[in-house]
Amino acid sequence: MTLINLANPSRVLALSARILPWLTAATVLAFAVGGVQAYFAPDDYQQGATVKIMFIHVPAAWLGIFCWMLMSVAALGTLVWRHPLADVAAKAAAPIGAAFTLMCLLTGALWGRPMWGAYWVWDARLTSVLVLFLMYLAVIALWRTIEDPTRAARAAAVFTLVGAINIPIIKFSVDWWNTLHQGASVFRVGGSTIHPSILIPLIAMLAAFTLLFLTLHLAAMRNEILRRRLRTMLTVQAAAAT
Amino acid sequence: MTMVTSLGPYAAFILAAYAAAIVIIAGLVTWVMLDRRHLIRLIAEIEAQGVTRRSERRHEEK
Repeated sequence: MTLINLANPSRVLALSARILPWLTAATVLAFAVGGVQAYFAPDDYQQGATVKIMFIHVPAAWLGIFCWMLMSVAALGTLVWRHPLADVAAKAAAPIGAAFTLMCLLTGALWGRPMWGAYWVWDARLTSVLVLFLMYLAVIALWRTIEDPTRAARAAAVFTLVGAINIPIIKFSVDWWNTLHQGASVFRVGGSTIHPSILIPLIAMLAAFTLLFLTLHLAAMRNEILRRRLRTMLTVQAAAAT
Repeated sequence: MTMVTSLGPYAAFILAAYAAAIVIIAGLVTWVMLDRRHLIRLIAEIEAQGVTRRSERRHEEK
């Protein structure tokens, strides 16, 4: 039996029912650890206490980008293998990615006002993240506009793969253009430039947010499988009535 | 109060950022839970009318 055959909706429902409670517990625990570390982290010598905003802003930014990459892999699954679970994974991920990108924009604005003197500037990094948020809204609209899930999945997959070009633009915008947003400081060649007293809480919060994303995505995938079951049952009911 | 004063002059921005994050996360969790409850209720209603999926019928026939 191939991996693709193993990944059928009924098996995923059964397996995820067993995994989800453990994943939820791990998420709560990770937030407890990350939250305590973030609370006791020292102020930054330049940013002062506003560095605490970074403990939610950076993970939210990471998840906004990661979610689109996950949707791009799922889009390949839709277009190449036409696997229904790839459609389910992509559709379930879009609202979660949009929410984390919105969180990134809001927390960034609330950090920018005291540090830069402005909530918003049309900087390449900020603008490309705003474009990412608008792309999430567009892909959600696409899923909702096309009634047939298979056709909607293909249209959303093409849009997702075309939109994936924005991911390297977000990542390298701070290198390609002269931006107000700082350059990479966590994951960079030559190691992080952040002091361990701030880097460790940041990594703890990155882990907690990633676990939260995985939990929410798995739960949303289960819902999407149920929605497709409901659709099938309604079709059977309508066929029986005619 | 001690926590707020320890956050310095920008406490309002820091607390607003955390509040926004909490509201968004709570919104996501509520959306997932309510959606699941709604779908399970609808499926139960249709099943009560004797409608099953084709795969379930095949399973019952075996």
